[in-house]
Amino acid sequence: MSKTTAPDGPRDQELGEAGSQLSTVPEESSPGGPTLGVIGWLRWFWRQLTSMRVALLLLLLLALAAIPGSLIPQTGTDITKVAEFRKDHPTLSPAYDRLGLFHVYSSVWFSAIYILLFVSLIGCIVPRTWQFVGQLRGRPPGAPKRLTRLPAYTTWRTGAEPEEVREAALALLKRKRFRAHLAGDAVAAEKGYLREVGNLAFHMALIVMLVAFAWGQLFKSEGNKLLVEGNGFSDTLIDYDDFKSGNLFTTDDLTPFSFTLDEFTGTYETSGPNKGTARTFEAALTYAEGAYGKDRKTVVRVNHPLEIGDSKVYLTAHGYAPVVTVRDGKGDVVFSGPVPLLPLDSNVTSSGVIKVLDGYRDAQGATDQLGIKAFLLPTYVAGNEVSSSFPALLNPVLNLEPYHGDLGVDSGIPQSVYKLDKSHMKGFEDDKGRQLRKNLRPGQTMELPDGAGSVTYEGTKEWANFQITQQPGSGWALVGALGAIFGLAGSLFIQRRRVWVRAVRGDDGVTVVEMAGLGRSESAKVPEELGELAGTLYDQAPGVAEPDDDPSDVSVPAEGAEQQ
Amino acid sequence: MTVAAATNEHLASISNVLIYSSMAVYTLAFFAYIAEWLFGSRSKVGRTAAALTDRPEARRTAGAPAVTVKKAGGTAVLERPEVVVRSAAGARDVPDGPGAHGGDEQGDLYGRIAISLTVLAFLVELAGVVARAASVQRAPWGNMYEFNITFSTVAVGVYLVLLALRKNVRWLGLFLTTTVLLDLGLAVTVLYTASDQLVPALHSYWLYIHVSTAILCGAVFYVGAVATILYLFKDAYENKLAGGGKPGTFADSVLDRLPAAASLDKFAYRVNAAVFPLWTFTIIAGAIWAGDAWGRYWGWDPKETWSFITWVAYAGYLHARATAGWKGRKAAYLALIAFGCWLFNYYGVNIFVSGKHSYAGV
Ligand code: HEM
Repeated sequence: MSKTTAPDGPRDQELGEAGSQLSTVPEESSPGGPTLGVIGWLRWFWRQLTSMRVALLLLLLLALAAIPGSLIPQTGTDITKVAEFRKDHPTLSPAYDRLGLFHVYSSVWFSAIYILLFVSLIGCIVPRTWQFVGQLRGRPPGAPKRLTRLPAYTTWRTGAEPEEVREAALALLKRKRFRAHLAGDAVAAEKGYLREVGNLAFHMALIVMLVAFAWGQLFKSEGNKLLVEGNGFSDTLIDYDDFKSGNLFTTDDLTPFSFTLDEFTGTYETSGPNKGTARTFEAALTYAEGAYGKDRKTVVRVNHPLEIGDSKVYLTAHGYAPVVTVRDGKGDVVFSGPVPLLPLDSNVTSSGVIKVLDGYRDAQGATDQLGIKAFLLPTYVAGNEVSSSFPALLNPVLNLEPYHGDLGVDSGIPQSVYKLDKSHMKGFEDDKGRQLRKNLRPGQTMELPDGAGSVTYEGTKEWANFQITQQPGSGWALVGALGAIFGLAGSLFIQRRRVWVRAVRGDDGVTVVEMAGLGRSESAKVPEELGELAGTLYDQAPGVAEPDDDPSDVSVPAEGAEQQ
Repeated sequence: MTVAAATNEHLASISNVLIYSSMAVYTLAFFAYIAEWLFGSRSKVGRTAAALTDRPEARRTAGAPAVTVKKAGGTAVLERPEVVVRSAAGARDVPDGPGAHGGDEQGDLYGRIAISLTVLAFLVELAGVVARAASVQRAPWGNMYEFNITFSTVAVGVYLVLLALRKNVRWLGLFLTTTVLLDLGLAVTVLYTASDQLVPALHSYWLYIHVSTAILCGAVFYVGAVATILYLFKDAYENKLAGGGKPGTFADSVLDRLPAAASLDKFAYRVNAAVFPLWTFTIIAGAIWAGDAWGRYWGWDPKETWSFITWVAYAGYLHARATAGWKGRKAAYLALIAFGCWLFNYYGVNIFVSGKHSYAGV
């Protein structure tokens, strides 16, 4: 194997003190088992847990454990997909359920891994922080006996006095922002402590992020509300179409506010290859904070939510809601209003059902229920009968297909408002005995056969769906995230290194200067920096001729300096 | 409106022509690199073998380290002290190979031609990407086709920047052009999507921040992965030589010309470590954007999950390098797994897994 080693192994022994503590990486504990009773076991377990090796294994385990959740549908992201999966895999699903595979990221085993990892992290950070504080309060270790053994080394002979050289070196290193001091016949200096600061900051920031995220999960809430233009919403539990919340969330945590959808505007590219592509979606709202707040106007766009206190209101979907009026056999209005339809494609071909539950009486005066399948083409172009040709309301046509009978809404089985359960319904028929179907333009009316009533297409409104979320702790998560980035940058881009300058009088009375540098890994930067420092120092303590040398000999054996 | 639309279509077709042209030029560059390697094989230096077999004591005895000498502070200061650089005890002192041309003059010439062609192809491809951006009037990152062409442009750009900085990366050329051609081939055949507007969810300046850094990270991780693979080969080669084994002629000829395993390893580490904070930033920027667009900054969407997995895997790699018993080959395998996660996040998740990030356009 090739090594770009940190100063451990053979070099450590060689350098003694000088190479030690150049980082705060924990020492590898010996794999030998524990010997002493319960305490011994605990201590052994703790030491294992906080070792680099176990931290690494836990990290890899975490990555591995995150995989199934991305491949198996998750209740947290898409409940309908989970339901489909259950239907398609009746034998597999119970097993998956037992393993928590439908909610991996809140399952026991996933939590166990990251909790262990974070315990390990804390168990690692605390001693490393103390150790680092100790290093900061102490001084850079003194020069090793043989500087020639270090990865970067240089030497020369000078006419200056050793004390002078040492003083100059000390001043120079301090000017270069080294922590330097005089230890015996040499100056010892160290720089790049910010690397360790960055590393510790990064790992602490991870903890901040985790805590903020967990906090957010416990106290979050998320709900949806579909509003037709002109309708309003107030932030209470009953007003939501659906609502999810974290385990510790209570309804008292809901921010009191309300808003009304004044108008939804969608604009689209009208020509060119991108014809029909959405340009803007905007929802104009009137909102009020608190129970009796002042009315204010605002516009919510995709990517630009409305923020009220802790809550954010997002625009997540839109569609059309034809306004229809249904009259019964006696001519009484039994239903009148907008019916939101579900968009089917990018040109907003929409479908849904008009359901008349109560009050309808047929031609004979008997109570009945109506279900009218509705299909809207916002832009109808002759020749394309099945889908809209443009997403805007340029030439709307509403296709209606009426049924009567039992809608089945009282049966207790939850039903989609957009689907018609025809199992107890009968279609109205036209003169030829086929299912009645009719295309209406705004203002037109469809008569139901045999005086059973009529349906009028009055016009079209737009609806918008809003997601209202509260996720406390996101500010802290952001702080943690930024801390993590800066910490990482410090940890990865800053080199921690040591420099020693020794100046002693040689046997012939001439001062010998030796300089050496040591970094955590063999970086080209360490010799480069040493060269620059040596250059500067050399100007202050210029060289004198070597006693017996050949200046062109560049591969001086490392021992050469010592013999002098 | 119609005039504008016509120019857009016109620009889109110009972009297509440019992309195809760049593929042609990359192909020429590819052949020039091949020629460089072929001519280079004429010179059999066997430096690695020489270093490992002629002076076995250099490896074993820490007492007699090999010494190389560097001039300090440039050329003019001859009288200044020289810095002696010594590698760590126990390290193998294998010199870096001479590069693909192996010191052969003709090979070197072809290598230079190959680099010039690469520069040309890069410029043409860049023009293609810019034309595509102009045709859709937005950043060219709306679907996988655009992502692919931008990705390969950036990867080649990273290579050229490293070359311009005089880093020892010329050996990457052949491996890079080969995969760039694959990437572009995939883009124009399988992934091609006519130029198109973005859906409103992608209308955000976070698109520029998040996606541009994601592409850059991918390109740099990719360079790191290539270096890691070559490291594994070269390391095995050096191990074999050191153990007295006899590698095949092909390995002998090709691997000997690559930098030393230690250099490749260090290069891969530097590249991966340098871009890891940016990858962290990319994920965070994505989370902020998700917070604006979808109402939660983290929701374990498959794309988010795989970014996280990739991030954890690279963190594992960085840890491995600080952990006794994991340095070297094991860490290298981790780096490759991490890059595999990145690749899967890009291709696999876009194609096989459905989620909120449904911009793939395939
Ligand atoms: C939440 C999981 C963790 C993540 C994502 C993580 C990430 C990282 C990263 C990216 C680095 C690279 C910085 C560098 O190379 O200087 C690093 C370094 C380091 N980590 Fe962690 N870490 C985690 C947990 C831990 C734990 C539990 C320990 C304690 C055993 C630990 C100890 C260290 C040490 C000592 C370094 C410095 C290595 C060096 O200086 O080269 N980390 N960590």
